[in-house]
Amino acid sequence: MAAFESLTSRLQSVFSKLKGKGKVTENDVTEAMREVRLALLEADVNFKVVKDFIAKVKEQAIGLEVSKSFTPGMVIIDIVNKELTELMGGTQAKLAKANKPPTVIMMVGLQGAGKTTSSGKLARLLQKSNHKPLLVACDIYRPAAIKQLQVLGEQIKAPVFAMGDQVSPVEIARNGLQFAKDNGHDYIIFDTAGRLHIDEALMDELKQIHAIVNPDEVLLVVDAMTGQDAVNVAQSFHEQLELTGVVLTKLDGDTRGGAALSVKAVTGKPIKFAAMGEKIDSLEPFHPERMASRILGMGDMLSLIEKAQAGIDAEKAAEMERKMRNAEFTFDDFLEQMEQVRKLGPLDQIMDMLPGMGKLKGNMKDMKVDERQLARVEAIVKSMTKEEKQNPDLLNHSRRKRVAAGSGVTVVEVNRLIKQFDDMRKMMKQFSSMMGPNGPKGMKGLKGGKKGLKGLMGKNMKFPF
Amino acid sequence: MSFFKKLKESIAAKTEAVTNVFKEGLAKTRTALVEKVEELITRRKKIDEEFYEELEEILIGADVGVTTVMQLIDELRDEVKKRKIEDAAELQPVLSEKLVAMLKGEDNPKLAYAPEGEITVYLFVGVNGVGKTTTIGKLAHKLKSEGKNVLLAAGDTFRAGAIEQLEVWGERVGVDVIKQSSGSDPAAVIYDAVQAAKQRKVDVLICDTAGRLQNKTNLMEELNKIFRVIQRELPSAPHEVLLVLDATTGQNALSQAKLFGEKSGVTGLVLTKLDGTAKGGIVIAIRNELNLPVKLVGLGEKMGDLQEFDSEQFVHALFAGLIQKEEQAENN
Repeated sequence: MAAFESLTSRLQSVFSKLKGKGKVTENDVTEAMREVRLALLEADVNFKVVKDFIAKVKEQAIGLEVSKSFTPGMVIIDIVNKELTELMGGTQAKLAKANKPPTVIMMVGLQGAGKTTSSGKLARLLQKSNHKPLLVACDIYRPAAIKQLQVLGEQIKAPVFAMGDQVSPVEIARNGLQFAKDNGHDYIIFDTAGRLHIDEALMDELKQIHAIVNPDEVLLVVDAMTGQDAVNVAQSFHEQLELTGVVLTKLDGDTRGGAALSVKAVTGKPIKFAAMGEKIDSLEPFHPERMASRILGMGDMLSLIEKAQAGIDAEKAAEMERKMRNAEFTFDDFLEQMEQVRKLGPLDQIMDMLPGMGKLKGNMKDMKVDERQLARVEAIVKSMTKEEKQNPDLLNHSRRKRVAAGSGVTVVEVNRLIKQFDDMRKMMKQFSSMMGPNGPKGMKGLKGGKKGLKGLMGKNMKFPF
Repeated sequence: MSFFKKLKESIAAKTEAVTNVFKEGLAKTRTALVEKVEELITRRKKIDEEFYEELEEILIGADVGVTTVMQLIDELRDEVKKRKIEDAAELQPVLSEKLVAMLKGEDNPKLAYAPEGEITVYLFVGVNGVGKTTTIGKLAHKLKSEGKNVLLAAGDTFRAGAIEQLEVWGERVGVDVIKQSSGSDPAAVIYDAVQAAKQRKVDVLICDTAGRLQNKTNLMEELNKIFRVIQRELPSAPHEVLLVLDATTGQNALSQAKLFGEKSGVTGLVLTKLDGTAKGGIVIAIRNELNLPVKLVGLGEKMGDLQEFDSEQFVHALFAGLIQKEEQAENN
């Protein structure tokens, strides 16, 4: 794939020659919209959806006053982002709840979208908020689909209702519903077989199941990597089954996920969940505003900040910051900080969420963050004595040799780490004198974490590419 | 002799059954791409900016890919200027020619085999849910019906039910499946399978792997390990590393092909689910932007719907309407 320049930088280049202008003219907008259009098309947003969208944004942008503090590019991005968020559904949508339990959920979609896996993940999500979901295996066509659901059910200890692959799915659905009622399940999830939206016989079968179980939610499971056809799929399923929402899967990939926008635009139904990983816990509520910036290629800063806030202990972070400022930072603190950063998740995932990183990664071909390298660093530090950790200056050659032997690395590596650590301390000292004692509050935790990361990945440290 | 006529003669030599599978499987792409372009040309007559824009939309709508489309449109603009074309109808052959040139490849789409008497190994890789296991089932069926002795390796030890899925295919087709329990090391499974293949003197060993997203470094390394295990046990193997792509996938298909290509030495592509969607256009994008041949295409749900990719058949099926017209014109 051609290295993708983020929309932000592309727009900025369009507008660089316009600096100082007071108003956005029609010509400016036309030129900018060409870039926006390309960015959206590259993200697999359906071309019809793009067309409508561009027309809408254009209308708003022409003649807009540009205040001094913003470049015209930023103003346009702001409009695009707002409009995109609005189109994505504005705020997060919740799962429906039936007045009289059980709440009936039907999972539908094309082959390979991830219906069975998502069913399992959804059940897990419901369990976490103390519900008692029942899974019903209605996919009798794909070999071992029932077995797959059963294994998932076993993993999360959720019961799975199955009648083998010789009974019609309609019959299974009917019996499954009764079973849920008899056994006091408050949610029931029907996993159906994947089918093409143009397959009439199979679509009829879905309609029959729909008529019998009368679902509160019909969730279309869509692969985030789907191309232009997402529109036709969504429209067709919507026309025949009246969808109530969408589950977007495989979002942990490097796709920009324009399909999300297409699906939302043609069905008008909210995307309720996003599947973000291989683990059974990885189904998350969907955040439309974040998807907007991802489609535009602007990174997912919000998710990162949230992760940082959840993962980093605020009190510890404050203490860490104080230490940094006073240059009391020791190897003990260093270890602690590494752990905090790690809590954010695998490093390459964190990198993916940073704006501009996608491009950087592309340029460096496969910049991969080696988690093992981190483990090695940890081993080195852990091989130091208490005194050495508190006072790194103690580490003379013989001590370094011992540390190297203890952590199974060479002395060179130990030397390198100590050098980096020293650099980091110096940098922090400079930095803190620059910042003054009252740095921006609230971001403290993140800042601590990031700085540590930066130090760890400073120019001297090379990851084994 | 016109290109299409030559094409037709060369197709005539091939089995009609295969031609029909291609024609039927690509019916939707034909409507969405070629017929729409024809419609545009008859409707618009004049070549102006709007014409280009609509053409761009048709091509992008068929997932030909933004980069390829932009390149194509630029080339067309040049041709129009150079040849002083004014009438849209005159542009038609130029466009068809360009599309055909992109689709036609010099490369050999046939699957590679080991020399007589040695084991041929195929390794299947791809993201989640593209149809790796199903394709393996179909390929096993195809090879078996050609009289080959086939063995399958259940290398997807991660996804729930994946081993069972392959086993069902094994039963259907009548070939053995080498497996371990779910959650075991896939490289170990593949090692076992290679040993078993040697002992049983099979002709072809087909290895399944778990679906993985191409940006997951650890999982990509795991693939690399599997690759090394095969290579160590059989130095000339794997003879093909086939990346399975879902034809419904958009621009990400290119990223998949690129990253899997770098990490697991992909030698060819398998495009699945081509029948359901109007998205055969991705074949053009892949041809144009990557150096990977499409080896197999899945054109339907039946066991026999997995076909070796044949660019002539593909072009023929795609441009069926045009070919017919040309013929009529000649007969008159």
